[in-house]
Amino acid sequence: MSSSEQIASTSFKAPDSSRLQLNEQGKLRHFLTTDGLSAAVLTEIMDVAESFSSVSDQAVKKVPLLRGKTIVNLFFENSTRTRTTFDLAAKRLSADVINLNIATSAAAKGESILDTIRNLEAMQADMFVIRHADSGAAHFIARHVAPHVSVINAGDGRHAHPTQAMLDMFTIRQVKGDVRGLKVAIIGDVLHSRVARSQIHALNTLGAEEVRVIAPKTLLPSNTNALGAHVYGDLASGLADIDVIIMLRLQRERMRGALLPSEHEYFECFGLTEKKLAYAKPDVMVMHPGPINRGIEMDAAVADGPHSVILQQVTNGIAVRMAVMALCMGHNAAGKQG
Amino acid sequence: MKIIINNGRLIDPANGVDGIYTLCIADGKIQQIADSAVDFSADKVIDASGKLVLPGFIDLNASLREPGYEQKASIKSETRAAVAAGYTTLCCLPNTKPVLDTPAVVQLILDKAELAGYAKVLPLGALTEALAGQTLSEMYALKKAGCVALSQAPNSNISNQVLRRALQYASSHDILAVLKPEDLQIKDDGVVHDGAISSRLGLPGIPVSAETVAIAQIIELAEETGARVHLTGVSSARAVRMIARAKFTNARISADVHAHQLHLSELDVGTFDANYHTSPPLRTAEDRDALVAGVAKGVFSVSSGHRPHDVEAKQAPFVATESGISSLETVLPLMLELVDDGVLTLVQMVERLSAGPAKILALDLGQLAVQATADICIVDPNASWLVNSDSWLSRGHNSPFFGCQMKGAVSHTLVNGHLVFEK
Amino acid sequence: MQVERNAADIDGIIDAMAEQLRAQMEAKSIQQPLMIGIHTGGSWVAERLHQRMALSKPLGEIDISFYRDDYTRIGLNPQVKPSQIPSEVEAEDIILVDDVLYTGRTIRAALNEIFDYGRPDSVTLAVLVDRGQRELPLQADVIGLTLDLPAQKQVKLIGPAPLALETNRN
Repeated sequence: MSSSEQIASTSFKAPDSSRLQLNEQGKLRHFLTTDGLSAAVLTEIMDVAESFSSVSDQAVKKVPLLRGKTIVNLFFENSTRTRTTFDLAAKRLSADVINLNIATSAAAKGESILDTIRNLEAMQADMFVIRHADSGAAHFIARHVAPHVSVINAGDGRHAHPTQAMLDMFTIRQVKGDVRGLKVAIIGDVLHSRVARSQIHALNTLGAEEVRVIAPKTLLPSNTNALGAHVYGDLASGLADIDVIIMLRLQRERMRGALLPSEHEYFECFGLTEKKLAYAKPDVMVMHPGPINRGIEMDAAVADGPHSVILQQVTNGIAVRMAVMALCMGHNAAGKQG
Repeated sequence: MKIIINNGRLIDPANGVDGIYTLCIADGKIQQIADSAVDFSADKVIDASGKLVLPGFIDLNASLREPGYEQKASIKSETRAAVAAGYTTLCCLPNTKPVLDTPAVVQLILDKAELAGYAKVLPLGALTEALAGQTLSEMYALKKAGCVALSQAPNSNISNQVLRRALQYASSHDILAVLKPEDLQIKDDGVVHDGAISSRLGLPGIPVSAETVAIAQIIELAEETGARVHLTGVSSARAVRMIARAKFTNARISADVHAHQLHLSELDVGTFDANYHTSPPLRTAEDRDALVAGVAKGVFSVSSGHRPHDVEAKQAPFVATESGISSLETVLPLMLELVDDGVLTLVQMVERLSAGPAKILALDLGQLAVQATADICIVDPNASWLVNSDSWLSRGHNSPFFGCQMKGAVSHTLVNGHLVFEK
Repeated sequence: MQVERNAADIDGIIDAMAEQLRAQMEAKSIQQPLMIGIHTGGSWVAERLHQRMALSKPLGEIDISFYRDDYTRIGLNPQVKPSQIPSEVEAEDIILVDDVLYTGRTIRAALNEIFDYGRPDSVTLAVLVDRGQRELPLQADVIGLTLDLPAQKQVKLIGPAPLALETNRN
């Protein structure tokens, strides 16, 4: 049986994932996960984002690149913040944007995801930006869309949030010059975090020297090595020599799920204060995908302090999303015309 | 119909027979096993040169989906697929609609199976009413109606208190309880093995302890109640050790693994391929190897864990898909591959698929002695075939082996002496 | 490829262009024009013009990738650079510089981009080569060299230093 040879030689099937994301010329056509993409592809996203960052300096904050294209923000899970940045990015590219909150419409009536996609394709949509509570939802949709349609993952379950990860990489590159050689610590609920997974893959691909995760075991995946990160149980040892700190958001329902005793104890052990910041390198930068729970994940003094680049992250979010949209759509268009 | 099977290699682990013999079959039974037929005029002569003549396989765990889920499969479609795969007897799970918890549903299933005329179907009645885990089913009535055993599978939502009483009650009627070892609270919302793939893909994981905690509890309850207990669909290396030890001290405990668990691992889930969404989950390569060793040592019999699905059941993001593989038709080639790999002997393979399950179910089947029921399959171990919709008979096309070249195919199947499949 | 004009030829052409531009600025009473080169060949020419004319305002550069009308056919140029327009274009007198004027589409894209930054008072177009075959109603104010080439012939400025003008053989 031929499949057993495949099985024996299988490590991870990451190539399948990148095959789905890249066109025949190896260019990005869907952006579903940072896992399996090359440093060249990730760097191209950042380079193009850099060009787009000047667009917001223009009097007319728009370029005509995607004029006549229709982008559908398909949010099966509510998120005003993320949707707004995608909305703005699409509009700065001159695309027509449709925002659909499926959480409150068709899915409630029992329409399947595929029915929804088919209907929107029939309305000549060119790109779907997908947010869904289930891991793998964006992959599922990308496997079923028409060939000229691009899919961008705006967060699927615990799996991936690649545009957030890339805006973080872009911000790190802006501040530190290069991701290569940096030691990065990710603090918090890695288990449930799609952002952390996408960041870890991107950091490793872009040549970070070390990626650490710092959290209690209840908030860590069982096999962190498979992700490519080292586990630390406390900030004192975990932050030693660190160039970049990435804080994750802590959902309050983790207390109810018996994953943590209390917010107070969490802050005591894993909350970032100015005092604990001193364990890291003096020029450490502090990031957070927002919104911050001040006093649970970090002190207000750290969030608003000189090491924090949190507002820069928000600004960069638009340029990175413009870059991803322009690249995917361009490569798809190029692929279509042969 | 009188049938002669010539020149085949007969393997009958129950009676320690392995050699080239001629079989004469009449009146539903094997009349002669000899070097050549004596005073026997047959309506049909099957030349089994180069082929294996085996006791028909007995499946301890199959979903046939009827009544209630005919969009997925029917008793007719699946028993037809079964005989083409060498199976002559199937134990079907009680999660039908209505649930298999009354003699009326038992009768319906038996009637449908007889009408279809392919494999025999032995219903596994529900251990608790509506499989809800609250109230005991009418076990005695179900047994009388034709249930070979009672089961809570494929789910495991039953408290230890109710399970203990169900086992006590079952043992007082000498009824076998078929249980899927799974602690639902530890499993929680898990869909894949809690390991590399769950970590990487962000899929909720099912820890090994979800299985082993349940097994430890079941072993203790079996010990205390004296019930006959069969654990179906074991998935982890730690469970193999526990069950091997338990079987050593308690002969009333038995267990099976699904054939695909002996081949696949969590890594095959790849990038959210829902055809690898199974329950129990595919675990690590080490777990898989321990299961294979357990089969070789006789800790386990082998079942199909057959779960045919309609297309829609797998058309969703991974966590929202239904679990299971349509697996009846790939069991034989997958098992033959283990024999080819040298990890299992042919005799062991046949025992795990026929005599082993028969013994667990206390059935007088699974052997090829004179006067035994003529449930027989003839296998060409070298026949090569491609898994695709042309070669497939089950209504469920949810197999991860589609597109694979398989070695080993059934050429003839007899049930009660009737030729029900011939290729 | 065949060299159409060498570095010395081009130096002479740019000298003449600078002279024409100076005269035109004077005629239009423009004291301090803002020069913008189109990435990449236009920038090379603009650098030289900027130096010869000793302009006080810093040289700007635009990359028109985001404004091209062939994006849906060829996709995004991976080497796209951010445009650097040093001061507000609002109410400025702009000298737009490119290497080769051909279909006119690049100039259209550049004008669109400039207008997205603001409303200039005037735009003067200077090109090193006008090779004909226009597809849009655009013309240059200052032309270094006019070549009458058939459509299939390509002309390319090689740089950044020394500059050379090449055409392909067929």
